[in-house]
Amino acid sequence: MNGAAVNKFGFTINRSRTINYDTSDRKVREYITLREPSFKLCFACGGCSAACTAGQFAPMNLRKINTMIRRGEIESLREEVTRCMLCGKCLLVCPRGVNTRNVVSLAAEAIRKLDRNEL
Amino acid sequence: MTGQKHVIVAGGGVAGMEAAGALAELGFEVSLIEKEQKPGGHLLQWYALFPDHRPADEVRHYLRKRIHNEKITLVTGAEVQKIRHHGQEVVVTFADGTSLNGDAAIIATGFELFDAHRKEEYGYGIYDNVITSAELEDMFTAGKVVTDDGRMPARVGLIHCVGSRDEKVNNHYCSKVCCVTAVKQAIEIRKKYPETEVFCFYMDMRMYGPYYEELYREAQEVHNVNFIRGKVSEASVNISNRLVIKVEDTLAGRPLKMELDILVLMVGMEMSRSGARLAEASGLRTGINRFYETRDHHFGNNLSEIRGVFYAGTCTAPMNITDTISHARAAVAETVRYLNRR
Repeated sequence: MNGAAVNKFGFTINRSRTINYDTSDRKVREYITLREPSFKLCFACGGCSAACTAGQFAPMNLRKINTMIRRGEIESLREEVTRCMLCGKCLLVCPRGVNTRNVVSLAAEAIRKLDRNEL
Repeated sequence: MTGQKHVIVAGGGVAGMEAAGALAELGFEVSLIEKEQKPGGHLLQWYALFPDHRPADEVRHYLRKRIHNEKITLVTGAEVQKIRHHGQEVVVTFADGTSLNGDAAIIATGFELFDAHRKEEYGYGIYDNVITSAELEDMFTAGKVVTDDGRMPARVGLIHCVGSRDEKVNNHYCSKVCCVTAVKQAIEIRKKYPETEVFCFYMDMRMYGPYYEELYREAQEVHNVNFIRGKVSEASVNISNRLVIKVEDTLAGRPLKMELDILVLMVGMEMSRSGARLAEASGLRTGINRFYETRDHHFGNNLSEIRGVFYAGTCTAPMNITDTISHARAAVAETVRYLNRR
């Protein structure tokens, strides 16, 4: 059957919401982990995102960013990482001593490199 | 059979009292040394205990009876400074230079509560209505939980992990008992004031003991305690002098702020300063958590590096009362084994 014809009847295939761990790309995670090993220590308490100035007004959540990078789900992060103002309040809060500010910088850097096929 | 063998117990809290009582029961002479003016340790400050809300007084009563034995000599207001092995004996030295010889010794120097001033962002000692979990117990004992100006609180928040699992204060470990203490205290507040809303802010709920998970469930099901997963980043006071906390509701994925009348900090356990001094002077090993490092985590967790010297209770790690009593009894078993073989 012709795909375009199906569309006319309102039948579309939604993109899967599943995190497919077998096909997801974890290059960004590797890039960050290598340069900032403290990235591995996050236990998702949300202290950083509670303290985050940007996150009070814009969709920017470092705890979530950390998780998504670990899972290899970086598509949703492209814009989010650019909202960080690098104020470093998250650094003061983190109970695991993650260099959170560097994680965001590296994430933005890794995504840029990925887009230029340099990763 | 035991002759007149004499065991010195350093520390008169739960572990020390139980160890002394068990040793006396077996026929040993015991010197129980307590640095404060009366034995009982931190239990003296507690109103009720998890997981069954048993009055702390019942356990205090048990322990007082336990050491009411003619074989036990209680010495209060004295701090053990150093312990060493000499010849066949163990020699304990006090601050005033005097010493005491025994056939063996049990170190039961316990823990200290984390000093909440060190988490400045929570405003303890700065804002009137920020208190510690221990101070909340004082309020239960006094029969009323009220704000600094005597009002019944409309909303109380309890922050878990204050001084635990926190690299910023150099305590990487979990203090184990604070989660279930928070659940217990939340229920007590709700029972006392059904109109008061109670919120627990947690990172992980660690209900590790028997009936803890059931207590957590009861808090949700019967008492409508609210649980929000997120580490509170800071507390402040607004223009109407009400506390405001900032946290991420990590399960909703959004920052959350909330006004509170009383903020309770669930302070964790740290190695006691007297225990640390004793370790230093006696050359006893301590771990990265600063508690006494036992010889083996599985098979020798009452054993020290000094012959004839054993550990009991929270001087080795955070522990609840049940485990402290078991650990003290195990220390007594190790002590008896040592004395019989010697």
